[in-house]
Amino acid sequence: MSTIFLIIIVAAFINNAVLVQCYGICPFLGVSKKMGNALGMGLAVTLVMAITCLVTFPIYNYVLIPLGLEFLEIIVFIFVIAALVQMLEKVIKKFMPPLYNAMGIYLPLITTNCAVLGVAETVMDTTAMETIFHLSQGQFNVGHAVIYGIFLGLGFTLAICLMSGLRDKVDKLEMSKHLKGFPITMATASFMAMAFYVFALVRI
Amino acid sequence: MTGSKFKEIAKNGILVNNPTFRLVLGTCPTLAISSSVFNSLGMGLAVTFILICSNIIISALRKVIPNEVRIPAFILIIATFVTVVRMFLYRYVPSLYKSLGVFLPLIVVNCIILGRAESFASKNPVLDSAADGLFTGIGFTLAITLIGIVREVLGAGAFLGYKLWDFSIDYFGNTAGAFLVYGLMIAGFNALYEKFENNRKRRNYIEEMRASSLAIEAGETKATEKVEEKKEA
Repeated sequence: MSTIFLIIIVAAFINNAVLVQCYGICPFLGVSKKMGNALGMGLAVTLVMAITCLVTFPIYNYVLIPLGLEFLEIIVFIFVIAALVQMLEKVIKKFMPPLYNAMGIYLPLITTNCAVLGVAETVMDTTAMETIFHLSQGQFNVGHAVIYGIFLGLGFTLAICLMSGLRDKVDKLEMSKHLKGFPITMATASFMAMAFYVFALVRI
Repeated sequence: MTGSKFKEIAKNGILVNNPTFRLVLGTCPTLAISSSVFNSLGMGLAVTFILICSNIIISALRKVIPNEVRIPAFILIIATFVTVVRMFLYRYVPSLYKSLGVFLPLIVVNCIILGRAESFASKNPVLDSAADGLFTGIGFTLAITLIGIVREVLGAGAFLGYKLWDFSIDYFGNTAGAFLVYGLMIAGFNALYEKFENNRKRRNYIEEMRASSLAIEAGETKATEKVEEKKEA
């Protein structure tokens, strides 16, 4: 139980996807103008991350490693993620039309989101994960990987929603026209990252 | 490929469409890797190599790849070259392999490479695409190295690993500083770019006015000559 709590804290705050590890900056800057859109994007990323961890972790550890094909990991992962996103879009469109209307348009964008490939690459390295979470060898399993994926996604959602709230105010300020847009958004993100830097000092 | 086209591709890649400062693409590696000059240079060169290779292959295959499946095909080609670079670094430059970490495989989803494949290589001949890959890569390398210099000098008090002085601000070494430096550099680059562009426009305008006034003067002299000719007649 304490391991799961540790994974949640590490994934959501200490290794926050956007503000600590710099994953998924494109949607963070691009889709954070309105709170509704930001929430939709964040939840879509969370869903895809959870499913990606569920699928790529077994593929890497139980298929690629026994066959000695570790070097194919990048190609396999990107194809699995692309196929998953396509299938997920079809399924959601068919069975959950309101959800599709809320976050369907963000799903195709997620294929080329580094956060998703990044979580697949982080989670599959079981030895590194076991040293972080004080587990003995072979104890880090699919369940842990999926929890890590979900909470990394929720950390991303938290960051992007906070950003959209701040941008509501910041974009209305008067400033030099060269500072408008990306520069001032990045300066705002810098202050948010400073706040999250505190979590790096937590000893686990 | 003519010289003027080559020049235009170079100018587009490094200045007008600079991927980092003008288009703000490939932000994730730029922010995460630029904490030291060595890593920035390594990342820039890796991306440049992959850009050139993938642009050449995609442009050579542009008439063979069906339009409907072009994106997966591009991603497959890019992923192949990323794997090649990763193996090369693992064998020959292990220190860089270690410090780039997970951002090395993440080059696959770097929007700069897919963007150039989609907007340039899939429409242009091989040699042009190779030049475009080279100059876009140089634009990216210059930009990320510039950010790397600022962050390493301020954040670690060092340059390329050599200690300059015993003074450092940790803020520039972590993500928060990366965001600020990158943001301010975009603002500065855009301001400079606009200034140059305005100067160029003004110069062109003055030249045009001069040319047209010369033309008018020439026309007037001709007209007066004609009038005089008529009078004589």
